[in-house]
Amino acid sequence: MTSAVLSLPLLRHRRIRHRQIVIAMLLALLVAGAALTLSVGQTITPPSDVLAVLFGRDVPGASFTVGTLRLPRVVMAILAGLCFGLGGTACQILLRNPLASPDIIGISAGSGAAAVFAIVVLGWSGFGVSALSIIGGLGAAALIAALAWRDGLSGGRLILIGIGVSTLLNSAIAWLLLQAPAWSLQDALRWLTGSLNTASLDQALPLIVALLICGGVLLSLTRDIAALQLGDDKAAALGVRIGAVRVAVILAVVGLIAVATAATGPIAFVAFLAGPIAARIAGPGQPPLIPAALIGALLVLGADYAGQFLLPHRYPVGVVTGALGAPFLLSLIIRMNRTGRLT
Amino acid sequence: MIATAILHRPQLTRGGWLAVTLALLIVVMGLSVTFGTRAVGWSDIGAALTGQVETIGQAAVALRLPRTLLAALAGAALGVAGAVMQGVTRNPLADPGLLGVNAGAALAVVIGIAWFGISGHYTYIWTGITGAALASCFVYAVGSMGQGGATPLKLTLAGAATSIAAASVTLALVLGRNDIAASVQSWQVGGVGGATLAATLPMLPFLIVGLAVAMLSARHLNMLALGDDTAVAFGVRVSVARGAALIAAVLLCGVTTAICGPIGFVGLVVPHLCRLLVGVDHRWLLPFCAVVGAALLIGADVAGRVIARPSEVDVGIVTALIGAPVFIAIVRRQRLRAL
Repeated sequence: MTSAVLSLPLLRHRRIRHRQIVIAMLLALLVAGAALTLSVGQTITPPSDVLAVLFGRDVPGASFTVGTLRLPRVVMAILAGLCFGLGGTACQILLRNPLASPDIIGISAGSGAAAVFAIVVLGWSGFGVSALSIIGGLGAAALIAALAWRDGLSGGRLILIGIGVSTLLNSAIAWLLLQAPAWSLQDALRWLTGSLNTASLDQALPLIVALLICGGVLLSLTRDIAALQLGDDKAAALGVRIGAVRVAVILAVVGLIAVATAATGPIAFVAFLAGPIAARIAGPGQPPLIPAALIGALLVLGADYAGQFLLPHRYPVGVVTGALGAPFLLSLIIRMNRTGRLT
Repeated sequence: MIATAILHRPQLTRGGWLAVTLALLIVVMGLSVTFGTRAVGWSDIGAALTGQVETIGQAAVALRLPRTLLAALAGAALGVAGAVMQGVTRNPLADPGLLGVNAGAALAVVIGIAWFGISGHYTYIWTGITGAALASCFVYAVGSMGQGGATPLKLTLAGAATSIAAASVTLALVLGRNDIAASVQSWQVGGVGGATLAATLPMLPFLIVGLAVAMLSARHLNMLALGDDTAVAFGVRVSVARGAALIAAVLLCGVTTAICGPIGFVGLVVPHLCRLLVGVDHRWLLPFCAVVGAALLIGADVAGRVIARPSEVDVGIVTALIGAPVFIAIVRRQRLRAL
């Protein structure tokens, strides 16, 4: 008894230490991955040339391959991955169910439908698309919550209704895409599974803004989110203003997911995968928001690289993450069935 | 005895509804021949129906005929398959699309085309049936793990996940093969637009067998609805009855998917609608589902041709737009315990 009490600060210290190491390693991996994808593609560019291009000097050849072709992809992959990973894991934690990630319950589909509407029907671009995409995501979230609400949100009903809403919105996207002047499979794939083929650096600004604002909100609420994980009663007893925290978290989640979706399309399953992977490697303690964001970025970066160069054909990133995520979803359902969490 | 009292509703109402739905079917068939992305005059339609193909209008109508036939057959098959699946699993959310059976059939056909170079309608059909059978076994196995057996929530989640998995593998296969992409793409979302008589007629023997087995299982499905114990007490061999009914459902949706691609939600919406009309007796429900399913799919196809002129919306998109709200309504109505 006494020894357990004495070791608590030590345990806490160890956990924080572990978390710091995990974050440092993920960051190192991300930097290494970015360096690799910048320098090795169809051709290999020496690191010195990559650095020269990054510092704005003009290097014949390398300026085009690195500066024009690779850099926008890498930047957008990392930014979108951070948004999806952070938003996805916050949503899963808030709803206390790994299946309740924005891409499964239809928030991504709502953002995507609004973005497609803005681009294809209204002919918009830039911040307007992001804004409408956020409105679409909020609308989808409100619709799902309203439809699934009955004395609170129960896990099973919420997810089934989310799947229904998501199917509906994806059909609407497919329909809207048919209205586009020049229908192409590439566009369709971008909006239904996500792709970085149209990445450009002008798209980066909305994502950076969203990460700063929404990410800041989520990180500042980390303690409250951790308390919510214990259940509403305990969180209230700990002095958390449950309603306000929930609304703030949902707004931040929708902001992150919607802005990223408007830029790259709903890259399949990144939001769903990042949280559970982060929870496994980050160990117990505070909700692993930063590790999940970094894992999201690594997933998108790695899957896009694999889709471009490692697989026998070129695939958009969403197809690769979809093929990774679907078996994981199945295994999660099997595990949840076994342990009786789905009833 | 109480059960039989519930099952027997006044015959006249059912006869009346049958007349109404058949009339509806004939009306939508008429619409399907007359409406399309191209407006065609009545004289051309009349001429085309007698076999003339001289003007562009007549040619357009001549293309609409097999399309209407295919939509009718596919709709009937999916409607009956959905009713049988809902009966066998006693799950109000069962639907060949939602439970991943159509996606499994589609994946099998695409694998066949991409890796084994299969061609020919009969080969597609057999491959589709194999895929549908494998997918349904898999989904049922995953969905019935753990406590409480195959609850609707578990089955639906397993089906949705299997659908997503199969669809993403299908997509990866198709994208990697530009040579087959064109032939697979129109088929993949679920469409009847490219229908020809040559592709439609091979479905018939399979559909007839499937529908016959389904009808023969109707009485057993009524017993199964009372619970396994009661069914056994009535002398039903439960596993045999379930197996036969499932084989019928797999045949019906495997064949349909092999020719049309995965079309969702028809099998969900139609049985629920028909139950409102004629009650829960499968001997009446299944024929009604066939008629209403055919009418619904033809109607969805016509709507898809009209709402996005000058292009067309595939029928699979239209059925999802109609069916997803129905799905949500059913989920909302069910108590979670019952789900």
